[in-house]
Amino acid sequence: MMDNSNLTLALLNLFLPLLSFAILIFFGKKFGDKAHLVSLGLIGGMLAIAIRFFSNVFHHGAEPILETSIQWFTTGKFSVDLGFLINNVAAIMLLVVALISFLVHLYSVEYMKGDPRYSRYFAFLGVFTFSMNGIVLADSLVMMYIFWELVGLSSYLLIGFWFEKESAANASKKAFLTNRVGDIGMFIGIMILFFEIGSFQISGLIEGVHNGAFSGDMTLLTIAGVLVFMGAIGKSAQFPLHIWLPDAMEGPTPVSALIHAATMVAAGVYMVVRIFPILTPDALELIAYVGGITALMAAIIAITQNDIKRVLAYSTVSQLGYMIMALGVGAYQAGFFHLTTHAMFKACLFLCSGSVIYAMHHALHELKDHDTDPQDMRNMGGLRDKMPITFWAMFISTLAISGVPFFSGFLSKDAVLAGSLSYYHHHHGWSLFLPIAGFGAAVITAFYMFRLIFMTFFGNPQNKDIHSHVQESPFTMTFPLILLAGLSFAIFFTLPATINPFDSHGWFTHAVPMVDNVAGLNMHEVEEGLHHTHHSAMMISLAVAGIGILMSILFYLFKSVDAKQMANALNKIKLYNLSFNKFYIDEIYNILLYKPFLAFSWLCSKLDWDLYDQKFIDGWGWITIKLSDKSGEADYNWLDQKIVDGFGRLTQYFGRNLKLTQNGVVQNYLLGGIMGLLLLIIVFQQF
Amino acid sequence: MDSLLSYLIIAAMLFSMGIYGVVTRKNAIAILMGIELILNSANINFIAFNRFGGMQNLDGHVFSMFVIVLAAAEAAVALAIVINLFKNVGSVNVDDADLLKG
Repeated sequence: MMDNSNLTLALLNLFLPLLSFAILIFFGKKFGDKAHLVSLGLIGGMLAIAIRFFSNVFHHGAEPILETSIQWFTTGKFSVDLGFLINNVAAIMLLVVALISFLVHLYSVEYMKGDPRYSRYFAFLGVFTFSMNGIVLADSLVMMYIFWELVGLSSYLLIGFWFEKESAANASKKAFLTNRVGDIGMFIGIMILFFEIGSFQISGLIEGVHNGAFSGDMTLLTIAGVLVFMGAIGKSAQFPLHIWLPDAMEGPTPVSALIHAATMVAAGVYMVVRIFPILTPDALELIAYVGGITALMAAIIAITQNDIKRVLAYSTVSQLGYMIMALGVGAYQAGFFHLTTHAMFKACLFLCSGSVIYAMHHALHELKDHDTDPQDMRNMGGLRDKMPITFWAMFISTLAISGVPFFSGFLSKDAVLAGSLSYYHHHHGWSLFLPIAGFGAAVITAFYMFRLIFMTFFGNPQNKDIHSHVQESPFTMTFPLILLAGLSFAIFFTLPATINPFDSHGWFTHAVPMVDNVAGLNMHEVEEGLHHTHHSAMMISLAVAGIGILMSILFYLFKSVDAKQMANALNKIKLYNLSFNKFYIDEIYNILLYKPFLAFSWLCSKLDWDLYDQKFIDGWGWITIKLSDKSGEADYNWLDQKIVDGFGRLTQYFGRNLKLTQNGVVQNYLLGGIMGLLLLIIVFQQF
Repeated sequence: MDSLLSYLIIAAMLFSMGIYGVVTRKNAIAILMGIELILNSANINFIAFNRFGGMQNLDGHVFSMFVIVLAAAEAAVALAIVINLFKNVGSVNVDDADLLKG
């Protein structure tokens, strides 16, 4: 009975957003500028269900809240099931998705007002929310893969929402194709797992590995794990496939907040959390390094960007790197915890940046200035007094992301860093890179986030005209900011066990217990290591956050160090340019992949058009024309003119001559008859 | 001379004369007369074969009687045609009746 109602709720949770999509895509024009009421209602219902599931987190232990599946189809030994698996992790994720989705819907009402494709925008948000719920609820890798592709599609649609802009259209294509690279690996990985274990169900896979399906060949399991992780590399924008995420900022800002900061990009992390028990230590090591490289590199790039959304985009990449690194070092809880806290404060940061851009855009619109970039931080400055709510919300979430005590980011980041430190204690050697990357990225994160705050909200306005026209955004936009900024406080994640901000033993750690890794990683060792390094990690992370913030204050608030001179000094060894040009990764791809590919396509097109088409195909055409010319000639001149007409002429000739015998004289006929008779008689006489 | 051959020769001569008349005469009445000769030559053949062929019954005689009757009917129809020909063309010369000339 209980299960039944849970199943109904889960189905509703999944399909309400799809209903919103269906209504708005078919009848959107009828609703006009009231379209948001439909999706707000349905997404609100979904939020209520998500809260209902979330409330179970406190009652159930590690038992799943709902686990059910039905057979979808069977061909021979190949059978595919669809089903739901809601455990505590999924319930928390559902709430994150539903809450941020709802707030973004609410925020978009004002942000997208007057857009010619207003209803379609909400329809796309609906289909995205539907697919994201599908990933969260899925109990099998196949179902997850289906929804995985669907979020890719909705991301493509939303990045390219303003497809009239060429850059947006290109960005959407880039995102889609880059994701595809990862998804191919994921698919192969799923298939390896299926053919070795015979199941797509996550629980089945864990059981299979536990029973020794790979006991003879752990390398294959490592390969399968890494291949499945490739999906996460693409979707969660990890090095080397992170290039699409900064470009994805061409989409509307609320979309960036929902998809490219809080939920979809976290899907990769969530997927790794789900399959964590079957990842081998070797696979996890690789995952940790990928995460570490991503975290550090993206943070370095973020320092030199001037576009407010691009700074946040690289910050997102960097934070996702943190989560992946945490999973890699075995600190599974920490990774998921960081996902949750990050979703709140990063969504808040993005919505704040949206609020700033919205205000800038309106100011520029009033000034009839269409050349100034409303997203460039060099055009802002001193907005603190004009937009107090946005400023405070952004400031609070910046404190959270920088890892300042009393804020959620401090707890989760601290746990991640403790994980990397304990990993080094166990493995030594090259794994020193992981804590260096972690703490390094923490310093840089604090630095560039405060740089963003100072450039945008403090100092003197760069442009007095714009500044005087800027206004605070309306309430439907600021309400989500206030709520999300509130959720950036640590206290929401530590209740009811403690209100001590230095202790993360709250409901969260109880709700997401350590799982056993059945592929050979000793989780007790990890847990113990975490416990030991907890305090040192906290001290170091407090120190590095302080250093980062202090440097930022010196550089950008008091301007006691000239940032330009510093940049020039660093540029002596090309460091500034390296960061500003994003480590030239796009250029490297350009040289290594696009150029050879384009050259190859050019060659193919040459072969195809100039040789095959022009010579071979057209040659056939030429031969055919000649042949038909000849055969036409033969047909007309010989068959038609000679044979066919010949028969006609022959008949005419005989007719003309034979008609002379018909002279009308009966006696001649008779004579002929008699002659014929005589002839016959003579002939017969011969035999 | 009482042999089949002499009868056949007479019949053949009559037949040839009939043919000659039919082919050469221009007058339609004369052509009819030629036809009569041909028919009668056939009659002679019937009678002759009946007599020398060793037939018990009078089959040849019966055929001859039929031919005579037929010849009478034919003459009646032919004369009617000739009268009509004369009415349309104005002569009984068959050379003038060449409407079917090609």
